[in-house]
Parts: sequence; structure tokens; C-alpha cells
Amino acid sequence: MRSTILEVRNLQKRYPGVTAVDDVSFSIAEGTCFGLLGPNGAGKTTTVEIMEDITEPTAGEVEYRGAPRGRRFREEIGIQFQTTALQDYLTVNETLTLFLRLYEHTAILDEIIKVCALEDLLERDNRKLSGGQRQRLLLALALLNDPRVLFLDEPTTGLDPQSRRSFWQLIERVKQQKKTIVLTTHYMEEAYRLCDEIIIMDHGKIIAAGSPSELLAEHFDETIIQLPAEDFTAPVDRFPFTVLQGNGCVEMSVRDIDEAIRQLLRYGISLQRLEIRPRTLDDLFLELTGKELRP
Amino acid sequence: MMRRFVAIFHARNMEFLRDRSSLSWNLLVPILLVLGMAWIFWEDDRPLFKVAILGETTKFEQDAHPFLATRHVQFFAVTDQQVALHKVARHQIDMLIKLDGAPTYWINADSPKGYILEKMLLGSGGARLAKAAVSGAPVRYIDWLLPGILGMNMMFSCLFGVGFVVVRYRKNGFLKRLNATPLRAVEFLSAQIASRLVITLTSVSLVFGGMSAFLDIRMDGSYLLLFVVAALGAISLIALALVATSRVSSEELASGLLNFLGWPMMLLSGVWFSMEGTNEFLQAIARLLPLTHVLEAARAIMIDGYGWTHVAGHLVVLTVMSAVFMTLGAAMFKWRADG
Repeated sequence: MRSTILEVRNLQKRYPGVTAVDDVSFSIAEGTCFGLLGPNGAGKTTTVEIMEDITEPTAGEVEYRGAPRGRRFREEIGIQFQTTALQDYLTVNETLTLFLRLYEHTAILDEIIKVCALEDLLERDNRKLSGGQRQRLLLALALLNDPRVLFLDEPTTGLDPQSRRSFWQLIERVKQQKKTIVLTTHYMEEAYRLCDEIIIMDHGKIIAAGSPSELLAEHFDETIIQLPAEDFTAPVDRFPFTVLQGNGCVEMSVRDIDEAIRQLLRYGISLQRLEIRPRTLDDLFLELTGKELRP
Repeated sequence: MMRRFVAIFHARNMEFLRDRSSLSWNLLVPILLVLGMAWIFWEDDRPLFKVAILGETTKFEQDAHPFLATRHVQFFAVTDQQVALHKVARHQIDMLIKLDGAPTYWINADSPKGYILEKMLLGSGGARLAKAAVSGAPVRYIDWLLPGILGMNMMFSCLFGVGFVVVRYRKNGFLKRLNATPLRAVEFLSAQIASRLVITLTSVSLVFGGMSAFLDIRMDGSYLLLFVVAALGAISLIALALVATSRVSSEELASGLLNFLGWPMMLLSGVWFSMEGTNEFLQAIARLLPLTHVLEAARAIMIDGYGWTHVAGHLVVLTVMSAVFMTLGAAMFKWRADG
């Protein structure tokens, strides 16, 4: 059984006219990747910034390794914010050196450079980095003090799909070092791939918690079958399962795929362009809140 | 702690030195200002007869002496003989006359204007006055103005140089990122003060050196003392900027606040003209401004050659101001734009 590294109890954060975080409690096991999911405005960044000791909560408490966070906490965590500006006119190497000197205990710089694939960028001005290169530098800054806990706040937002996948590979390498990772994201694929445990937030509250596979198994026992609308030539009310139409396609939620296919063939429907996909966390969020997860 | 201070200090210096446009502008502005002022006021060295009468104002308006009816001569009253004699020595007053007791006049033996005024006095036909000579080199307006221009440039460099940088860091989230490290506010702020201090003192020293060589600027006092005055003045001004921008994340607001601090100093601290004889309330306000103490101390050192004892009061005031502003700046400092 893994020990708890972060414990969040009855956290609240109120701003005039809005409650950003509303009585949130959860715990994070050491060495796991913990995801906070939700749309923009769900309260996940506020929750994480309270955990990072960057924002004061209105009520509630956060414990680190069984005790209130002290001065040492900043020495033992690494943070990658959603948006961060860096000092102008410094190279990547100088920026790494600057942040390295802010910590007492540090990782080996060459290893961080290698893990984050920054070898070829060391002499480049910060301002001339691409989006993906910049995120790799920010991740390197978060790893410089060899942190026990790494906070990543929507680290792949705004990246192209290739850069995003490349960044996921970096996180998987960090995961192998048994560090605890706290990740906020609104990309379900990202959470499914990287997280061991997740909570889904909406309007400042936790609406679901568990491992991604547990949550999907708990809420869904159906598979989705999709066909282009023009191929679906039979009346929808003839089928013993839910059939939804929209965006030029027909979507069927079925428990028994073999039986569903037999039914479709009975009505002479072509299966040439049939697609079968499992339920995703996007579907789960839609199921739980009735709205799309994407911002 | 020192390691973190040095890291931030070094990074800020690199940022400044690599920003070529900012660097050249910081050096160019004071040079252009001093050259411009020198050119404008060069012609102002034309003879203008200024005669001080020791005593009350009303006395010399009467027919105390026919010389006092001479046209094109400015007569005015002074009450402090020592101060007036000092000004005669510095060619700031061309003649001093005492009509009470043993009537006497003083001129500077090296002053052409004093020589002409003496001839006019002797030819005016009034009672004979005893002659007393004073010696001393003249003070040109440019000698008086240079400390003002350099002080003003130093003030704007300190206020805007550090104030805008902190606001930019706060607005773009760099301060928030630093706050996620073990760096403390006092370490960050002291590094900013040190960095701007080095930049400002280097810039002012270079310009002062160049201008001294080019314009043969008068310097009668200690260079070390002048440097200490400049350093304490710069620290107090930088710390004042940190107080003003301690919670600001908008460049527009920061600009307004820094101008609100800068303009009164430019007008009331004696950059362009002496505040002697002006409204007492304005003089009281001027005493609260760091630049006033910097300029009074700098002129006392450069023009009059005064030492540590004479400017000690100004040094104490600047030290107290620096300590108060730094304490306030650190206490009020905010890392985040939205926190």
C-alpha cells in the first residue's frame, strides 16, 4: 500500500460572487500520477494552486506527508504553470542555471537536459523557442530541484498533436522515476494515458473520482458503434438499442456487438464504414454533466 | 540566501545589458540633456550686475547712497553677511555693500563685473565706502546645473528602470513562477535594488566623467563623498519605486504612479533652479523628496567643496528614507497579478 503524500481536506475558495472550489477533499498516493479533469472554470487550477501553496484557501487544509506544508515544501515540489513568462534576453542554459541556483538540493543538470531533450537548444534565446520547446524547458525548470511532487497545470494546452504526444513521452519518463505527478488537463486522452487516479471537477465540486478504467467500467457497460448517416438506411425505431443521429453520422450504444451487427445486416445496412470505439472519459463527462468537456 | 540573490542579480544585469536599445538610451539621454543645457545657457554668462545690500529691504530704496540709483543694476537685500560673501567669492553676487556702521563694499578681485561696479560706485559721488576684497573662482550655471541634470536622470532611471521591470514581471507571470521556488521577496527585491544601483551608478559615473572632461565641470570636494551621496540617493529612489509598484500589475497605472512621484521631484528638488526664496510650503514639500537631499549634498560637495560633516544631515535623511521605503516595499510586495 502506497503512503499518502498529499491530503486535501474540505478545501474552499470563494471570490466575490463566485465559489471557485467548493468543499473538495481527496488524497494522493506517493509515486502516482493524479489527474484533475474538468472544463475551463471547473476549479481545477485554483485547487492545484492552493495545493502548491501559491493561493490561500478560504477554508480547508492541505497536508504534505502528514503535516502542514512548511518552508521546505517549496524545496521539494516542482511546478509548471499553465502560462509562464521567462526572463527576456536569457538563453535556455542561462535560464536553467538561474533557477538551479534558487534551490538548495538540485538534480544533475545534464540529466534534466537529456530527459527534456534540450541538448540542441541550450544557446537559444528563450524568446525564440517554439511552443513545444518552451513546454520542455518549463518542464525542465520544474524538475531542477529533483522534486518529490511535480505539479503540471495543463502542460499541453495549445500544443499541436505531435508536440503533445512527444510531451506525454517525457512525462512517462518522469513517471518511471517514481515521482508523484499532479496533472490538470481537459484532454481526456492525456488523462487516460498518464493518470493512475483522477477526479473530475465541475463548478468547483468533485463529480467523480477513481482510476480511469474503474470510472468507465462503473458508468458504462456499452460500446459505441458508428456509421455514416447515408449508410444507415433503416428506421431508427426498429432497433432494440439507443440510436443517435447528428453531424452526418449515426451512433449506437450497444451491450452485445455481435447481436447489433446481426440486426444491422438484417436491414441490409452496409458495414463497410462501420467503426467501433470504446467509451472514453469524454463520454463519461458528457454522461455526468450533460455537456462537452472541451473548452 | 546569497546564492539566490546573486542568481537574480546576475540574470537582471544580463537582461539589461543585452537590451541594446535600453542600454544606449540610458547613456544617451543624460549626455544629450547636459549638452543641450550647456548650449542653451552658454550665452547666459553675459554680464549682469547684481549688488547685494546688507540690511533690510526698505533701506536701500531710499536715498542712502547715489550709487543705488544706478540703472541696469539689480539691487537686492541680504541679511547674512557670510552667505553673501560666499556668493561674492563664487561670482554669484558681483558686489556686497554694507551701509550701516562702517560703510564697506566687497568685490571679487578676479571678477570683471566687480571691477566695473567698483568704478561705477566710486564715480557716483556719494559717501566713501571702505573696500574689502574677496577671492574665489566663478560658478557657471552649467556647474550648478550638471548635478541637477544627472540627479534627474538618476531619479527617472531608478523609478522607471526598476518599477516597470517589476510590473512587467508581475504582469507576465514571471514573478509567480519565481514565487513557486524557495526565493523570498526580500531576496528578489534586494537583487533588483543592487542591479539597478550598479546600472545607475555606472551610467551616472560615465556621463559625469565625460561631461567633466568636455565642459571642465567644477569639482571642489571629495569624489568618494559624492559617490556615497549618489549611491544613497539611488537606493532611496529605487526603494521608492518598489513601494509605488509593490502591488501594481498594469503598466499604465505604474506609469501614472511613477510620474506622480517623478514630476514633483523634477520641479521642486532644485534640478533647474534653486528653491531659495520660494514658497515655504513648497520648500517643506521639497524636503520630503529624496532628490532634494541628493542635489543639495552634491552641489555642496562639487561647488563649495564641503566635506562629510556638512552633508551628514542629507546622508542621514537618505539612509532613513531608504530603510523606510525598503521595509514598506517588502511588506507590501505582491508576487501575483491576480492574487
